[in-house]
Formats: sequence, structure tokens, C-alpha cells
Amino acid sequence: MQNKILGRVYVLGEDIDTDQIIPAAHLVYSLEDPDERKKYGEYALSGVPAALAGLPNGNMPFIEKGKSHSEFSIIIAAKNFGCGSSREHAPAALEIAGVKAVITPSYARIFYRNAVDGGFLIPAESEKSLVDYFKTGDQAELDFINKNVTNTRTGESFSVKELGQVSQIIEAGGIFEYARISGMLQENTHA
Amino acid sequence: MGMTLAEKILARAAGLETVKPGDIIEPKVDLAMSHENAALVINQFMEVYKGTGLPENVWDPDKIAIIFDHRVPAESAKTANNQKKVREFLKEQGIEKFHEIRGDEGGICHQILPENGYVRPGTVVVGTDSHTTSHGALGAFAFGIGATEMAAVWALGKVLNIEVPGTIKVVVTGEFSPLVQAKDLILHLIGKISAQGANFKALEFHGPTIDNMLTSGRLTLANMAVEAGATAGMIPSDAETLKYLRETAHVTDEVELMVPDDDAIYEQVVEINVDNLSPQIACPNMVDNVKPIDDVLGTKVHQIVIGSCTNGRLDDLAAAAEILRGKKVSRETRMLIFPASGRIYREALELGYISDFMAAGALVMNPGCGCCLGIHQGALGSNEVALSTTNRNFKGRMGNAEAEVYLCSPPVAAASALTGYITDPRNGGN
Repeated sequence: MQNKILGRVYVLGEDIDTDQIIPAAHLVYSLEDPDERKKYGEYALSGVPAALAGLPNGNMPFIEKGKSHSEFSIIIAAKNFGCGSSREHAPAALEIAGVKAVITPSYARIFYRNAVDGGFLIPAESEKSLVDYFKTGDQAELDFINKNVTNTRTGESFSVKELGQVSQIIEAGGIFEYARISGMLQENTHA
Repeated sequence: MGMTLAEKILARAAGLETVKPGDIIEPKVDLAMSHENAALVINQFMEVYKGTGLPENVWDPDKIAIIFDHRVPAESAKTANNQKKVREFLKEQGIEKFHEIRGDEGGICHQILPENGYVRPGTVVVGTDSHTTSHGALGAFAFGIGATEMAAVWALGKVLNIEVPGTIKVVVTGEFSPLVQAKDLILHLIGKISAQGANFKALEFHGPTIDNMLTSGRLTLANMAVEAGATAGMIPSDAETLKYLRETAHVTDEVELMVPDDDAIYEQVVEINVDNLSPQIACPNMVDNVKPIDDVLGTKVHQIVIGSCTNGRLDDLAAAAEILRGKKVSRETRMLIFPASGRIYREALELGYISDFMAAGALVMNPGCGCCLGIHQGALGSNEVALSTTNRNFKGRMGNAEAEVYLCSPPVAAASALTGYITDPRNGGN
């Protein structure tokens, strides 16, 4: 795991649900097929209402039409990011679009665990909502050693919480690697 | 020190004397459920074994249940191919708890599991569906996980590196007014504590109102616990649980009931009295945007839906049939009814409800998730409004980001079908 993530920020409001992250109509694409997989990037965050897409002004598409990779690699959102369904396609779509980390004061648990277990992205928790301190397009530096995130435009830094128990899975690169490293895939699997 | 129900179940499943909130454990799984997204779990399962040289066998085929419900019957060749792939895998692995797209055994996973006796008090249930919380209605610790985490469960039989949640105790007292019920209670609770009020926590329901509630209503409560962010929503098992398991699920083997310790420590206690609770409506576009029905009476509705894992059970259909019998669905709206399982469909048929619905102008659909998640049937037109007994009203949920969804109980849905606008069932639908 990297110690720092530097990237352009995309700012969203509260309660960004999994239907906004990847609308159910798009769940038909294969995650294995290299071409179909790109569709998840193309439609990532396509369910966010235009007026709330890219705060503070809105109407800033996360992804340019026809592309599958976003110029934004850090999402800063208000509370309860990822509420809703258990679809793993939600963190997967964000990863495919190029997102490395989300920073929000709170997550819905299933999204949080999916992000970690699949090694899709790092779900960082800020102490408070940072939505008023970043504008879409700002550059942010997320620093896991000093446990903070800095807005390079304003120079202001804000604390983020320790990753805690899930850091072992993140360090390993996902739940399977975690299981392998812990020796479970040898011991427990019935040969 | 006493333990809550969640703590007791998790301690036992993890082979520990006691656990407390925040402990990291790896509990054994008693039942692992997936629907069509088993196709994705299979891909990930194969990934688990890459480079290990180990045989790709699930840990225990008897503890895996697969139910097709999200896209039944298949709406596209892609879905049909996914379903085909799952069938082949189940055969190879000897997984027999499989519920096909059939009238005798099929239905929505969260109905199929309880009505077939697959869920027992005190057990750990995981499912690749967020509404897996439903099974807490029978006193299980049941929660939703993603496909990758499920692949690890299929391989190892346990959930890796999870936290013991703190528990919020919800104490419910009072008697519901006629035509007010479990759905109104859970909507009221979600409105009160918010959509993230129970994030990473377990909800444990207590009080005389819960003691007197049938398992069908308890399933509605536990089902929507996740809409308050809860990891699990649980009702301690009791005589009613046992009655349900024996009489409805036809379980004949021994059933162990499990209740929390008297001196369990709760992080928070929420008290609700339902004596004066009116029908509650979750307004667009969040489940916690809950208002008493008086605030939204008269809202024009284009599509009315009764069904889903939340409210597609026999007593839900009975309540609707009572209101619709001999009357007509307004021509200003349309009504779709999805019984939650083939068994419920057949029971409703025998009791005459299906005929009541069709004669009233409602369309009875096949058991399944239907239009709840907007991918299969019953999509909304732009600027249309749906009133539905389902569990989510996110923007775009019913297949159109320019439409809106209101959530309600079956009596409200049925009364509103007669008028074409949101109507209080206590006024006889007039």
C-alpha cells in the first residue's frame, strides 16, 4: 500500500447510494471481459443527479462522455457514502474509472467492506465532512503516515482516522491475499 | 458481563467465551446465500484458488443456498447465460439448496430461506444481498456481504476479519391502530435515527409490540434494518419463532432458542410507542425522508407496487385483497403485485386473493424481485411517481432517474390504488 495518494478531487454530497455509483441497469457487463469491464468506468457515478455532480457548483461530469477513465482519482463526500445494495460493482466501477480513495466521515458497511475485500480502493474516514473545504478539481494529498489530507490549493490539512482492523486486508491487497498470507488457504481448505 | 444477542451468536460462532463491540473475529458461517450474483461469486471463487494447487471445492455444499429472484425469468440472453453458469456450478459442487425459476419452489431469497426452515435462531447467515438482515427476524445474526467476501466464505466457511458490532436496543410498546403495521414502525424508526443511524451496529428489537408480532411482520422490520445502516437487525427468538419454524417452515428437528443476557450492554436505547402511529411514507429520494401520511395525502401516483422481500407475504396480500375486493383500481394509475414466493402465490390463489386483484384491475406478476430494483419489469416513465411496499426509493431505483418512488405499507398501497393518489387506508380508500 502506498503511503500517499495525490490526485484531483471530485466532491459529492451525502448519502451517495450504490444506485448513484452504478445504476442497476449497468450491472449486466462482465467484470472479466476487458472491453465490457470498461463500461463500469464509463457509467461510474452516472446516477448522481447533474445538479449535485461535482460540488460546489454541480453539473461537472465525473467522466467525459465516451471515456472510461476519470481525471479525478480522489472522491470527497459527505456522510453515509455507499449506502444501499451489496453490489461489489460499486467500488469496482470507481476503481475502473481510476478512483484510488474515497474520503468521507462515514460509510455504509457493505460498501466499505467491498472496497477493502476486493482491494478496489481505500475507504478513508475523515474526522469531519470536508465537502466545504474542497472544490471539485482541487488537488489533494492523502497521507497515511501523518493521517491527514491536504488541499494543495489552500494549504489546509484535515485529519483522517486510522484504517484500523481492515488495514491488514488493505496491506495484503484484498481478502484472498489476506487469507493466503494468514495461511488459511492451506490449513482449512479440504484437500 | 452480559452479552447482546449479536455478541452471543458471534462469540459462539468464533469459538470464544465472550466478545465485545470492536473485537475482530472470524466467525463460522451456518448458511451462505446468493441469488443470480452467484455468477460473480463463482468467478471470484475460482480466483481464490489460483496458484494454490488446491481443488476448487466449496467448504460445505449443504450450507450454501442459491435462489434465483432478481431477474426471473431471464430478461436477456446475458442473464440467461449467467443463470446457466450458476446451475452448472451447483451441479458440479453438489449444492442442493437451489431454488429454480419454478412455481413450486421459487421466490425471493429472503422469503425462501425462512419458509423452508433454512434459518435457525442463534446462527450466522451471510448473503450477497443487502437485505440479508431479514433473517434476524428468526433470531439469527444475518448480514449482507459482497461477492469477493462470499467467495472467501465458500472456500473457508467463515467470515474473515470482521468487527463485533455494538448493539442498539429498540423497545417498542403500544398497540397498532387498525391498518397500521410493522412497515409503518420500521419506516418511523428509520426516519427517527436516519439512514446512517445504525451504521456498523446491530439493531435488537424488544417490547410487548414485538412479542405480539408475527414472524411476517418481524421479517419486515429486520429486512429494512439495513436502511438505517444496520449490519444486522434482530428479534430474539421466542415462542412465535418456534411456532413459525414448526407450522410454516415445517421444521421437525430440534430448535434452540437464543436470547440476549439480561445484563447485556447496549450502546443506545431507542423507545417507540405505536399507539398513535399513523401510516408512514418514505418520500423521495431517501428511505429516511419519512413523513406521516397526512403530509403527502393526495400526491398523484402512476404506479402502485405490492411485493418484495419487505412486503410480499401472505398477510400483506390479505390486507390488500381486503381493500381491493369488489372494487376497481383507478384508471389514473396502474397496479403490480408480486407475491414473494411460489408458495405464497399458491396460497393467495386458494384464498381467492389473486382473483380479487385481477378482477380489480391489478396485475399479478410472477414471484421475484420484480420492479423493486428497476432492472426487470415495471420501469417508470419520466416524471412518473410510484408508491411501493418495497424498501428503497433512491433516485433511479425503479429504472428511471427522472421518476420518483414513495415507500409505504400494503394497506396504504391498496387504498391508494383505488383513488390514484396517496390515500389513507383508515378512510376506507375514499
